[in-house]
Amino acid sequence: MDTLIGLIEFMTNISKFTRSVRLGIKTLLLHKLRSLLTMLGVVFGVGSVIAMLAVGTGASEEAQSQIRRLGSQNIILHSVQSQQDQSSERVRMSIYGLTYDDEVRIRETIPTVRRTVPAKLIPHDARVGGRTMELRIVGTTPAWFDLVERELIAGRRLQQRDLETRANVCVLTERSARRLLATETMLGNRIRVGANYYEVVGIIRSETGGTAGGVQTPDQEVDAYIPLSTARERFGDIVIRRSEGSTERSMVQLHQLVVEVDELENVESTAAAIEQMLQRFHPRGDYRVSVPLALLRQAEATQRTFNIVLGSIAGISLLVGGIGIMNIMLASVTERTREIGIRRAIGAKRSQIIGQFLIETIVLSSAGGILGIAVGGIIPQIIEYFAGMPTIVPMYAIVLSLGISVGVGILFGIYPAIRAARLDPIVALRHE
Amino acid sequence: MVSLKDVRKIYQMGSEKVRALDGVSIEFSRGSFWAIMGPSGSGKSTLLNLLGCLDRPSSGTYTLAGEDVSQLEDDDLSAIRLKYLGFVFQSFNLISQLTVRENIELPLFYQGWEPQECAARAIELAEQVELADRLGHRPAELSGGQQQRVAIARALANDPRVILADEPTGNLDSATGDHIMGLFGELHKLGKTILIVTHEDEIASWADHRLHMRDGHIDRID
Repeated sequence: MDTLIGLIEFMTNISKFTRSVRLGIKTLLLHKLRSLLTMLGVVFGVGSVIAMLAVGTGASEEAQSQIRRLGSQNIILHSVQSQQDQSSERVRMSIYGLTYDDEVRIRETIPTVRRTVPAKLIPHDARVGGRTMELRIVGTTPAWFDLVERELIAGRRLQQRDLETRANVCVLTERSARRLLATETMLGNRIRVGANYYEVVGIIRSETGGTAGGVQTPDQEVDAYIPLSTARERFGDIVIRRSEGSTERSMVQLHQLVVEVDELENVESTAAAIEQMLQRFHPRGDYRVSVPLALLRQAEATQRTFNIVLGSIAGISLLVGGIGIMNIMLASVTERTREIGIRRAIGAKRSQIIGQFLIETIVLSSAGGILGIAVGGIIPQIIEYFAGMPTIVPMYAIVLSLGISVGVGILFGIYPAIRAARLDPIVALRHE
Repeated sequence: MVSLKDVRKIYQMGSEKVRALDGVSIEFSRGSFWAIMGPSGSGKSTLLNLLGCLDRPSSGTYTLAGEDVSQLEDDDLSAIRLKYLGFVFQSFNLISQLTVRENIELPLFYQGWEPQECAARAIELAEQVELADRLGHRPAELSGGQQQRVAIARALANDPRVILADEPTGNLDSATGDHIMGLFGELHKLGKTILIVTHEDEIASWADHRLHMRDGHIDRID
């Protein structure tokens, strides 16, 4: 007990402490190679922890930001062709998916729904002059642009008036505009889709799209947005897809329905209510409900599991590093028995001997920790450069690693230090 | 000043009890210069360890500077050593990775002196033992005599009342040994109590008193 109080006294005296640290560094520098080799365990332990955390955090951040882009307050409904439909004969027309009535029912009967954004998706060739490319025509309402939050590059978005007048206007994504219109001035151009011309009134930035956590993002790279009313009038509900000589006809009213919920905490209950409602009207199950929030939660849970696994690996590698340090410190105590005897004879208290050896161990392990942080900072850069994976070195990982390496120093230094202090000064002085 | 009263030290060696000190009573007056002599196994080393507060007697009392130190705890014995005692050893016992200055400063470090004060005191002491030009050297770069002078400077750093020396000339040639004994003579004149363990009559002749040990007893004093 007295020894502990003495030790605390010794460690908290700043002037003595800094001198002891300096002495510790000096002593360790006497055996540079040995100290370096001893540190390596902690260096690689800390380095690999930080590197793995950086890769893990980078991957999960990307997944989470993709999911977040879908809108955590949104529920996304898709029309899907059910299995039995697909296997049936080609000539028959398959009728499936969400209906206009579904949208109205969801909007009108579920009080937590703020608004709904329907979309018809029609793949169709578009032409400007001699150029042709297949676009995804998206018939939707102006609210679409509130949900996907893409930057408007030029012109305007779709407006309520366009919807009411069934105007032949379209908003292109940047990518579609570039490919179709090339160098020509973009706005005011007319693109031809089927038998009709649509005036380009706006251009929005395109995102990479793709899938996020298994959910198709609502927008794609080459979209052309037209008013839903226009789409219904021009294209109807029947989509004809010709491929490899066969003709596939399907009748779908709405391909996609994005439901925005009023509050974040209502998302899950609303999703359940929608599911229940749809089950009643769609016994064939020709729809799919995706909840980005649930996916986000799942991604976060995955990240947590990942962190636990990492933590265990880190724990083991640091344990090995710590044992290495302890081993060397025990050897050092034996080697310096005479010195300990001298110090004790002069009047050093046990706590001061413990302090001296403990500081040496902590200096050793902290230096290993700092080097490890450097290693852990470089490895993700290399991974990012060669493997193209996004990495983020989280701040907490650095603080945690430093803390842990100091902790390792204390944990594995205390026993050798106590052994040093327990030496009988008379015996220690006689040691050869 | 330094007095032992019926001090016994008994070691248990297996089943056998070894009486290293068997009822020693003696008083070393302040400022006296003693040589402690005797054949090996006579108990003189045990006596020195007890006098140096490195060990506790099995029974009896040891009074140092008016305080009974015979049954003090380890930490208190450390404090006593730091305050009142200075050690000089046969094999010098300097810390090899520290410089001369740092070796001399060691007791001051444990007394909690500020670095500047330590340095000033170390220089002063090095001058006293004529090693002011060797302050930055390591012990291995010095001759035996020089190392022992560093050890003496270190023993003096805390301004001790008692200096305990264990065969301080045992590893030195006779000329160097005389020089070292000359230093002890000077310290004696400065009023330090000096207790030297030796088996050489020549060394013992420097002291004012000679204490002869035999089988754990005081054989004779002259």
